[in-house]
Amino acid sequence: MRGREEDNMTDRDGSSDTTPLIEFRGVGKRFMVKGEPLQAVQDIDLKVREGEILTLVGPSGCGKSTLLNMAAGLFEATAGEVIYRGAPVQPYNHAVGYMTQSDHLLPWRDVAGNIAIPLEIKGLPKGEIDARVETLMETVGLSGFGRSYPNQLSGGMRKRCALARLLAYDPETLLMDEPFAALDAMLRMRMQIEIRTLCRQLGKTVMFVTHDLDEAVAIGDRCVVFTGRPGTIDRVVDVPLPPDRDILQLRKDRAYQEITATLWDVLAPAVAMEE
Amino acid sequence: MEELSRTRVWVLRGLFLAFVLISWELSSGRLASEFFISRPTAIAAMFWDWVVSGKIFYHGAITLLEAVAGFLLGGLIGMIIGVWLGRAELVAEVLDPFIMMFYSLPKVALAPLFVLWFGIGIDMKILLTATIVFFLVFLNTYTGVRAVSREQIAILRLMGANERHVLFKVVLPSAVTWVFTGLRLSVPYALIGAIVGELIASNRGLGYLLADSAGQFDTTGVFTALIGIMIMAFCLNAAVKLLEIKAMPWRETNSKREMSI
Repeated sequence: MRGREEDNMTDRDGSSDTTPLIEFRGVGKRFMVKGEPLQAVQDIDLKVREGEILTLVGPSGCGKSTLLNMAAGLFEATAGEVIYRGAPVQPYNHAVGYMTQSDHLLPWRDVAGNIAIPLEIKGLPKGEIDARVETLMETVGLSGFGRSYPNQLSGGMRKRCALARLLAYDPETLLMDEPFAALDAMLRMRMQIEIRTLCRQLGKTVMFVTHDLDEAVAIGDRCVVFTGRPGTIDRVVDVPLPPDRDILQLRKDRAYQEITATLWDVLAPAVAMEE
Repeated sequence: MEELSRTRVWVLRGLFLAFVLISWELSSGRLASEFFISRPTAIAAMFWDWVVSGKIFYHGAITLLEAVAGFLLGGLIGMIIGVWLGRAELVAEVLDPFIMMFYSLPKVALAPLFVLWFGIGIDMKILLTATIVFFLVFLNTYTGVRAVSREQIAILRLMGANERHVLFKVVLPSAVTWVFTGLRLSVPYALIGAIVGELIASNRGLGYLLADSAGQFDTTGVFTALIGIMIMAFCLNAAVKLLEIKAMPWRETNSKREMSI
């Protein structure tokens, strides 16, 4: 657990002086659902720092995914603005990569073909694509499965394939929307470890949405807690765990236990209110 | 469940066929007049006659040409217009009621009009077949293009894909399943188009053989022509099925997979 003290010190102050990579300024989003307006989120002020893993946790339906969609430029905010690198987000923010609970692999392409898509879009020559795909499959542990179709893969392998596709076009920011929700607990933990390691290695900025408090704390450098519907930010906390934390052993970590217990007190009322 | 033994299935199929043919043969002239139901041996003999004289091949080739040409023409135009309308929402919305109205019309009812317009030659049959096939393929392609997952498109857009990338990497491949459903459904209809066209007005083709035999009260000839048509339909279906497996390898792996709930 070395390095926790220093890390804790430098990160104690929630606001940083460096300009944020992504900034939500007074953001609100209203959808029309069957003619009825539905306020998904409101009054969101949030700064995402470059290189950090920011987790967004809260009850389902509190608009966490809405924020990711707006950061990607899939739709506009109805109030406030979303800033990416100092400029308002335009439709289809190419600087971000998206990974969702459903992996959206193309069923008619095999693993290698799926990973190759972003490279083909970039227009790389065939030989280079093949070489890069091979390396990527190795990175995510899919070597030897290049010729398999998605429907022949297990859930975890499909995630790895989606992850490799994401890494193939190397976006500086990764938006992850409950990517591991459908996996069993063991597999989820392994994927958490790999995501943290990979993102630290590659210096990615990550916004990671989850409804699982343990996951939010285990993965995140900072954790944003949402409550209510429409979703608002209840608090933003620094996760008092070192960057090179051992996710497998977190259960025994005092700091981890304390922070999850504290945050649980924030989330529990919202859970009780649902139904 | 234990896997059915293939040989056993085939033996049972053979027995079933033999039973049907023998019952037919025996009832002919006893339970029903041979004039109306003919008999399998007579049909087989005539079929062999037609094979030896090449009659069945001559007429079969004409019907096949009409069906295949109409199938290709209608299928191609159906796919192109289906993709186009599937992408152009406004046009699709405007044309929708007219398309549905025309779709609900039984296309063979157009045959008399087509005779007026195009005469009684082979082009009339090809166009009639193409019209029938067009609607089936068009509607399936259109549905397929509209059913493309918007999330998959959004994900590709984030990767920097342009309209062409989206069309060729997501929309068209994802519509292929639907297109093939349309094509496979069209095969029997393509034959219907060709045969109906021949029944109405022609002096060549299996439909003509059928009508001609019936006109001479030759039941054996009618049955022989029907068997020719059946064999052709079976071969066409098998060809499309083969093409489907070639075009969509991921589907085959799907059906070969172990079932699990």
